[in-house]
Amino acid sequence: MIAVIDYGLGNLFSLISSLKALGAEAVVTSDVQKISQAERLILPGVGAFGDAMARLHSIGLDKLLQEQAASGKPLMGICLGMQILFAEGYEYGHHQGLALIPGQVASLEADLQQSGYALKIPHMGWNALTIHQKDCPLMKNTHDGDFVYFVHSFYAKDCDEYVVASAEYGLAVPAVVNNGNVYGCQFHPEKSGKVGLNILKAFIELEA
Amino acid sequence: MITKRIIPCLDIRDGQVVKGVKFKDVKNVEDPVAMARFYNESGADELVFYDITATVEKRPLFTDILERVAAEIFIPLTVGGSINSLDDFDRVLKAGADKVSVNSGAIKNPQLISAAAEKYGDQCVVLSMDVARVDGNFHVFAKGGREDTGMDAVEWAVQGEKLGAGELVINSIDADGVRGGFDLPMLEAIAEKIDVPIIASGGAGKMEDFLQLFALPGIDAGLAASIFHFRQVDIKELKVYLSSHGIQMRL
Repeated sequence: MIAVIDYGLGNLFSLISSLKALGAEAVVTSDVQKISQAERLILPGVGAFGDAMARLHSIGLDKLLQEQAASGKPLMGICLGMQILFAEGYEYGHHQGLALIPGQVASLEADLQQSGYALKIPHMGWNALTIHQKDCPLMKNTHDGDFVYFVHSFYAKDCDEYVVASAEYGLAVPAVVNNGNVYGCQFHPEKSGKVGLNILKAFIELEA
Repeated sequence: MITKRIIPCLDIRDGQVVKGVKFKDVKNVEDPVAMARFYNESGADELVFYDITATVEKRPLFTDILERVAAEIFIPLTVGGSINSLDDFDRVLKAGADKVSVNSGAIKNPQLISAAAEKYGDQCVVLSMDVARVDGNFHVFAKGGREDTGMDAVEWAVQGEKLGAGELVINSIDADGVRGGFDLPMLEAIAEKIDVPIIASGGAGKMEDFLQLFALPGIDAGLAASIFHFRQVDIKELKVYLSSHGIQMRL
């Protein structure tokens, strides 16, 4: 059983549909017991870093997710759900994240400008993956140059050793990150066609 | 880098895909779920669904179709047609849409754009506009291209972006269904003033039209209906062709 963490953020229709299409049992829940009993966890999310952390905190799920991750259970964050896995976020102020992966989340626009790139924000559309850690089990069905679908304005940085794959958008934008049993995708695997389904499949097949 | 996108558009009326020539004389093509599946397989980067159902009573048919498509097609889905309120946003987002496109509803009430952008994020709000030449100027038309609002298209595009639209669909009424190529002068006039992604629509007739389109700076996607529906242009072939001419494509 996969628990998809429900904290009121984001549209879960496609994520649930894609897990179903892969034959996985999934439940959308904020229930402590169901989350504790699940074999693996997916933390989705669309919106802002501070708001997401505040919501998780208000229902006590921030601590629970930290405990669950410490217990070795596979956890995957998607989009904003990936971003809040990091220690700190700088979206509308400074916020503490779940700190399951060292690094911070900062404005892509500001860093692009500083590097002299005039690229559109959000980073939205299909972009190609460059895989840096080919032995990462999440990438077992994925290849260099595979396209995935991004929509985001903030990005993870100062986390080089945890970057499994990146996409080039002026900067090398971390696309897949991993620290032990904790994984994250900046893009939307549930919107990335066959490539995305392959990544979700690899997550489902991780040893729990 | 981000690829250019090829987007087939499905106009749905009372549960069927339809395609008009200059928005009139509409005829049936095929079942929407089967078509979505076909486009997904042929490499479409995104799908756009417009609900052109005339009556409120038949609208649930569309939501049902959307759910059935979204349950098996895992690429971005944009939905438009009769979106007049945040409740309408809610209804289609819950049925599996990723982005919602507003047209006449935003002309009537521009604050719909900002309210939706605040609630769902800019990336979720697409401003779609039907544009035609009137006395040498580009005017915005409402109600499916039937009513000249007198508004200047470039100004409306700029205002829409300011209000929080994350993307613009610019449809040329003059070029629509004629297959004589995209309306490049009109698209260029708007793209010059706009920073968010622009999806060009109306007029695609052959592969070369897309090559010309993507030569314009600021155009991110090409949208078409009939040439894809009637299989005059195959999306896979089109993407290989564009890629061989140096356009970034997802292959």
